[in-house]
Amino acid sequence: MLLGLVSHNMFAQTTENPFYSNGKIYVVVAVISIIFTGIIIFLIRIDRKLKKTEKEINKKNQHKD
Amino acid sequence: MPQKNTLIYSNWWKYAGAALVLYSLIGGLLFVNPNNLLFLDETVRNLNYHVPMWFAMISLLCISVANSIMYLKTFNPKFDIIASKSAEVAVFFGIMGLATGSFWAKFSWGTWWTTDYKLNGAAIGELIYFAYLILRNSVEEQNKKARLSAVYSIFAFPLFIVFIIVLPKLASNSMHPGSGDTVGFNKYPLNNNLRMTFYPAILGWIAISWWITTLLIRIENLKSIENTDEN
Repeated sequence: MLLGLVSHNMFAQTTENPFYSNGKIYVVVAVISIIFTGIIIFLIRIDRKLKKTEKEINKKNQHKD
Repeated sequence: MPQKNTLIYSNWWKYAGAALVLYSLIGGLLFVNPNNLLFLDETVRNLNYHVPMWFAMISLLCISVANSIMYLKTFNPKFDIIASKSAEVAVFFGIMGLATGSFWAKFSWGTWWTTDYKLNGAAIGELIYFAYLILRNSVEEQNKKARLSAVYSIFAFPLFIVFIIVLPKLASNSMHPGSGDTVGFNKYPLNNNLRMTFYPAILGWIAISWWITTLLIRIENLKSIENTDEN
């Protein structure tokens, strides 16, 4: 039902609003999505790298005890 | 071995936050119908991008002051690390909020900056936390640094809330929505689908800002383990 609502609204916008009528706004949406997804993947990689370092240091500490 | 704090070391909320923000980035451009909302026209979409910066900042500062209180109760340095890193990332999001707000103002009110209670309050709030970071950097000794900045933070936080929320609300006039005589967007007839992307954007940005903070906290935790090894 929610999807129906959304598509109805988008349909209304494509007919009324010049922002959508030429269809090119989707290019902008795609570019923004790519950039944001890239940043998130970058964050995830930093996170994983940090986890690896944490494991190494914790292992080193356990050997000491 | 340091105790594992699940809200720092678990992962699910990071992906949830990223998904919510991605949804709001797309939805803010496709689902919002900006027709008939005052003079804002298309720029009302900024609600999905500008306002969550402040929500992220304020939620991080809540975390910061809570951990400052915990530090003064226990003198456990791990609370000092969480408090200071939260404040650091909060300041970053505050700068993003000021910058985006200023840009939006240029095209809605015709000026980059105006002597509005909300704008100046936000700027003063930002300065309060600049001072916090400078105070920390100016004290060499670790315990003294932690204690001083925790006490400062407890005084700073209520002042920050007063400057950024209470005074603008009490002001007799303000151009900023939700302050003075200007009502918030939630008072307008809601045929704009704003809420559909606004609330997810807030939650998502809070999660992402906390994610960035946890990365900094974990680095500091590793540094403190290394330091205790040397002694």
